[in-house]
Amino acid sequence: MNRIQSAFDTAASQSRAAFIGYLPAGYPTPAAFLEHAITLLEYADLLEIGMPYSDPLGDGPVIQKAGEVALAGGMTVMGMFAQARELRQRTDKALMVMTYYNPILSIGEERFVHAALEVGIDGLILPDLPPDEADTLIPLAREAGLKLTFLLAPTSTTDRIELVSRESTGFIYAVSVTGVTGSRVGIPEEVPLLVANIKAVTDKPVAVGFGISGFDTAQSVAKVADGVVVGSALVVTAGRGDSLEGLAAEILSGCRKT
Amino acid sequence: MTLPTYPLPNARGRYGRFGGRYVPETLIPALEELRIAYEDAKKDPAFLGELQTILREYVGRPSRLYFAKNLTERLGGAKIYLKREDLNHTGAHKINNTIGQVLLAKRMGKRRIIAETGAGQHGVATATACALMGLECIVYQGEEDVRRQSLNVFRMKLLGAEVRPVSSGTRTLKDATNEAIRDWVTNVRDTFYVLGSVVGPHPYPAMVRDFQSVVGEEVKSQLLEVEGRSTPDAVVACVGGGSNAIGVFAPYAYLKDRPRLIGVEAAGHGVESGLHAASVAGGKVGVLHGSMMYLLSDENGQITPAHSISAGLDYPGIGPEHSHYSESGVAEYVPVTDAEALEGFKLLSECEGIIPALETAHAIAYLRTLAPELGKDKVIVVNLSGRGDKDVQEVMRVLEDMEATRAVTH
Repeated sequence: MNRIQSAFDTAASQSRAAFIGYLPAGYPTPAAFLEHAITLLEYADLLEIGMPYSDPLGDGPVIQKAGEVALAGGMTVMGMFAQARELRQRTDKALMVMTYYNPILSIGEERFVHAALEVGIDGLILPDLPPDEADTLIPLAREAGLKLTFLLAPTSTTDRIELVSRESTGFIYAVSVTGVTGSRVGIPEEVPLLVANIKAVTDKPVAVGFGISGFDTAQSVAKVADGVVVGSALVVTAGRGDSLEGLAAEILSGCRKT
Repeated sequence: MTLPTYPLPNARGRYGRFGGRYVPETLIPALEELRIAYEDAKKDPAFLGELQTILREYVGRPSRLYFAKNLTERLGGAKIYLKREDLNHTGAHKINNTIGQVLLAKRMGKRRIIAETGAGQHGVATATACALMGLECIVYQGEEDVRRQSLNVFRMKLLGAEVRPVSSGTRTLKDATNEAIRDWVTNVRDTFYVLGSVVGPHPYPAMVRDFQSVVGEEVKSQLLEVEGRSTPDAVVACVGGGSNAIGVFAPYAYLKDRPRLIGVEAAGHGVESGLHAASVAGGKVGVLHGSMMYLLSDENGQITPAHSISAGLDYPGIGPEHSHYSESGVAEYVPVTDAEALEGFKLLSECEGIIPALETAHAIAYLRTLAPELGKDKVIVVNLSGRGDKDVQEVMRVLEDMEATRAVTH
């Protein structure tokens, strides 16, 4: 069963974009992560579990700080997988790991892929690993049945769009802006064009992330894309110790297409 | 003048298994644009002519190759020549690269320049090139380094640059580099990122190497004049990311009869102590700042902080070409501790009247081993990558601390 595809299919059958939430493992504590993730999954179709990293060069201040807190709390790759395992026992929704490449390389690609599958992870999202550099990971993941999501950006040229669309096996992650993760005012006007350019070359689901933090921004993305990714806004709320319920419900309602 | 062409990297920006482009997708088109613009500029006589004029008239090239007679006699072994990059405008080799990159930025029509800096030498060299060419300049520097290097912060500001303190992570060079990359991801369409070392995604390690190769190319002809041969027996340079070392290594590395190439890493309190910046001696293969290389990281792939008395070597990785040289045996990399570097610092000051940068002092320190070992009929060239004025205060503080400790234990 492909839970990632199911996430998009279920959403489409309800005339909405899929709601994809991101939370860093171990943040603010391992127990609180689990609690927030369970709440979030009552609304979200797919959860990205972030592997905290010392040098997250694609992330803005919110996720940087969260990662520092999680690492200071002792989070490790195997600790992150242990959190994923606990979640898997309590949900049948799609779970993906979002991680920079160095932790994968350090653990070893093969070991990482098998550990991910073993705890019930459906795929990996790779913010600093373009498909060009994934020539060993791609066949490994394919053989194991683990999905891979690569990213596209507003600066991506036609040949990049073709390459990333071909090599992504989960969904395609379109970054809404040139920039790092974090909330912004509004969604850039170029997003519909970027999504259209991707959809022109692939039938795979396309989700848009970066800068989506509430109903309005979710709405403007849901109108054009198959999925809406929310990270920093959830992390801020979780960091405050508040329940994710209100924000998650708001974003879910912003995901409707009509 | 020409810029050199070397057999590596390959079309994918690889030096053996090292190098590549491990960056967010947003930057891939910008790196392609940069690669093409650089290759184009390399063939353009107007660009090369302007570069040559600035290097000669403004930087003061060629820098001297100085026979260090007193040091040679003191160590009682091989003849030691010092390549005087410390005499360049701004006091270090860094300017060779920033002039090249800022000229390229201007040629590409980019008006906004960003850079990372540790101790501030690359920041000052970038700010200098931007002042010369009339471009906006923003320098990212870790909060910790801003505090430690207030003189260079002031110099950068005086030169018209904006210095942005970075408060994430370890608040040093590694994090300043992360922040510069984040700025570039955000402002990629109108911004040129001037990287200061032979690290980062392709084509940076190759481009920085090419601009620094002027050092080694000059050594060849200068040595030919005084020794009747262009190749010494050994070339020694300190390595953090590795830009001054690659400048003297690369022109020799691909020759059939190459000299011993010896990179001196900063071993801090000693490689075994865990407090060091020796990526070859104490690191492993990983990915940082867009490139695969030897670096310091734990078993979870988290980058571990580097330590060195010298801020310029205080970086947890060594560039991909050096990583390849090490793995394939083209060059050797040896560790030198903080304490040994201080000895080197004093040695060159006392016997030649030249105060070296603390970075360079690591290379000097290794001569105490190498010169006697090679023997009198041999020739060593050391890249004297920078002058030590910036370090005098820090060295004074450290030496006083050591005196105080000694007084207590006696």
